Amino acid sequence: MNNPEHPRTEESPGKPNKPVSLTVAQPDTGNLRHEPHEPPREDLPELFEKRRAIFPQAVHGFYRNVKYVVMAITLGIYYATPWIRWDRGPYAPDQAVLVDIANRRFYMFGIEIWPHEFYFVAGLLIMAGIGLFLITSAVGRAWCGYSCPQTVWTDLFQHVDRLVDGDRNAQARLARAPWGPEKIVKRGIKWSIYLLISFWTGGAWIMYFADAPTLVRDFWSGQAAPVAYITVAILTFTTFTLGGFLREQFCIYMCPWPRIQSAMMDERSLTVTYKDWRGEPRGSVKKAQKDPQHYGDCIDCLQCVSVCPTGIDIREGPQIGCITCALCIDACDRVMAEVGRPRGLIDYVTLEDSKREAAGEPRRLPWRNLVRPRTVIYLGGWSAIGLAMLFMLGTRSHLDLSAAADRNPPFMLMSDGSVRNAYTLKVRNMESRPRALEIALDGLPGAAMWNDEESRNSAARSMRINAAPDATRTVRVYVIAPPETAAQEFRFRLRSLDKEAASDEAQIQFAAPGGQDQ
Amino acid sequence: MKTVANKRIDEPTGTETVGHEWDGIEELDTPMPRWWLWTLYATIVWGIIYVVLYPAWPLLRTGTEGVLGWSSRGQLAQEMRAENQRRAPTLTALSRVPIERLPDDSRLMRAAVEGGRAAFRVNCVQCHGSGAAGGNGYPNLNDDDWLWGGDLRAIEYTLVHGVRQPGVESTRNSMMPAFGRDGLLTPAEISTVADQVLSFSGKAKPTAAGATLYENNCASCHGPQGKGLREFGAPNLADAIWLYGSGKGRIVQQISNPRMGVMPAWGGRLDPVTIKMLAAYVHSLGGGEDFVEVAKDPAVAVDEQP
Repeated sequence: MNNPEHPRTEESPGKPNKPVSLTVAQPDTGNLRHEPHEPPREDLPELFEKRRAIFPQAVHGFYRNVKYVVMAITLGIYYATPWIRWDRGPYAPDQAVLVDIANRRFYMFGIEIWPHEFYFVAGLLIMAGIGLFLITSAVGRAWCGYSCPQTVWTDLFQHVDRLVDGDRNAQARLARAPWGPEKIVKRGIKWSIYLLISFWTGGAWIMYFADAPTLVRDFWSGQAAPVAYITVAILTFTTFTLGGFLREQFCIYMCPWPRIQSAMMDERSLTVTYKDWRGEPRGSVKKAQKDPQHYGDCIDCLQCVSVCPTGIDIREGPQIGCITCALCIDACDRVMAEVGRPRGLIDYVTLEDSKREAAGEPRRLPWRNLVRPRTVIYLGGWSAIGLAMLFMLGTRSHLDLSAAADRNPPFMLMSDGSVRNAYTLKVRNMESRPRALEIALDGLPGAAMWNDEESRNSAARSMRINAAPDATRTVRVYVIAPPETAAQEFRFRLRSLDKEAASDEAQIQFAAPGGQDQ
Repeated sequence: MKTVANKRIDEPTGTETVGHEWDGIEELDTPMPRWWLWTLYATIVWGIIYVVLYPAWPLLRTGTEGVLGWSSRGQLAQEMRAENQRRAPTLTALSRVPIERLPDDSRLMRAAVEGGRAAFRVNCVQCHGSGAAGGNGYPNLNDDDWLWGGDLRAIEYTLVHGVRQPGVESTRNSMMPAFGRDGLLTPAEISTVADQVLSFSGKAKPTAAGATLYENNCASCHGPQGKGLREFGAPNLADAIWLYGSGKGRIVQQISNPRMGVMPAWGGRLDPVTIKMLAAYVHSLGGGEDFVEVAKDPAVAVDEQP
């Protein structure tokens, strides 16, 4: 990131073992003469910056407390949600949040989503996208700093580090120390705790996909589906490696959000800023006492650097490694208080306000940064989709009918000259109870219908079927119309024979001789 | 272009050149990467093992068999055995149930219809069409007009014994006399009787001469009102369904020089369960008739196989 010696390909002298080379055009490079198959290693720059170990120091303060609260809430939601029960009657599972892949249902408290209603999930994803725009344009990278799973679990694992190894200096000392009994024991304990947390994390995930108490019992008695064990193994592994070891490397090199979020911020988005106009030039307390005119407020104590979980120096300006968790603000404010200078040398502030402060003007009121065309437009789009989805959720029918006409043959002439068409109806009963339903013909004068489970003698304008709870029923229906009936459109009407009288209809073509290919 | 067989060491890279030069451009003789060579050796070893284990070398008439004794034909046979084993319970149940009792068990009926659908695609679509809608001269199996009966047992019987299948005992058999070709009626009389036939469905005016001619020549098989007779497979002439066309010309042609379809007897080609499934499928197409005389005693053997 901030490494000025980051390698550039044009600086590298080229691979020595290139199969074809322009020997004639090359100048005399006598000093590059090497033994055969001995590439000039010392000239090669490192292709990747090596990871610098980061041992963030413990910190106390307002933002640290906010982080604790967010961590408790997010982890609590993640681990506890599958265990919330929700009574849905005898025909549906009683888990409040359940992604039932086998039966293709998604339960979320009082809401049940069927596969054909997956647009709700698409809508939620769009809302999440616009929500990210909104939050980022208003309060910057709050997602990165507080609620991103990588941040939360890294934070959790860093607390494990402190618990086992001690604080910053002890951690660094242990990391440098050669392998000995103490290091082996401490590493063993620490990695065991990592593994325990990781396993718990993977285990919590699968609870969302099956009845949690049953799954726990099956899991430990070896009767759960292989995919459950595989998922737990994968998530344990990823949590262990990403939370325990990759940490800020994930944010800086693997995650696309920092780049996208940087593009969504502007001069009026809140961000963690070092006020260089106030801090520079840096000098120790002693130096500043001697020459107060020359030195700024920053005493170069490096507290902001040592508490940073991604190991950056915020005083170098906004950078991609900064997840705006504001722990450096807590650290700096404490130091400023100790040396008797005003807080806020590092602060949550918009770039525009930072400039105004530098020029001696007061900051804008916070709401003026939050409410501006950009955020209002995002909020408008976000709420519009949310309201539309709520409306659809409220008005959606729990009964659905779709019809498909037989194509081969499209129609059938019967011996008395009447015309028969065959249709495949799909009836969805989305209630968690069995229902009696009526299917009736609408249009097509003189026509009657029967289905493949009764005989033609019972043909009528309507028929009754029973629908199982939470199920799709396929009914093959024959519709017979009097001789000389022309091809035309008509409807199947589906109605529930209960007090709700929910209904749906399907419009479809009746094919007849001479008119089926109009 | 000139080539020089003159190898030398390329100074900047320290690699030997291949000794050719094209307009001043030389090629380095870079050795193969080690991993690449090892991959090559591994594939050679793999190939040898494979040749030993599996059929590999073609000989004049056969080929080497490999020590594992594997063959694609054997694998197919094994898979088919497994599949047959999987289907055995259903097939056994199907072979035991009398066909007219099949609709009582909806699960078994569904299995039969699906099995019949598959068998139909293999054996029947050539004449009756992929949608079983038939064609000119080939009966439509979706409609409610049946020459020889449309209940499950009648359909099964037709399937087993065929129609006018030479050399098959109790095949569905009947013959329409060739009134024109054999000189039984004059062309004028044939035209008159054709009008009489059309009059059954209201498409022509009946005449006294036509009625007499019909009475004397046709009524014995097709019935006094042209309703047909299933014992002879005599078509109903009063309905809207015509196997060989409904125009007067086609009717005259059919009276003068009749065509009579032949359907193979499948009893000798397909097993009883497949035929039962085919009958169930054809019956399910929408025109199947209810079976009226259900056998009282379930022990009575109803599977009639030649």
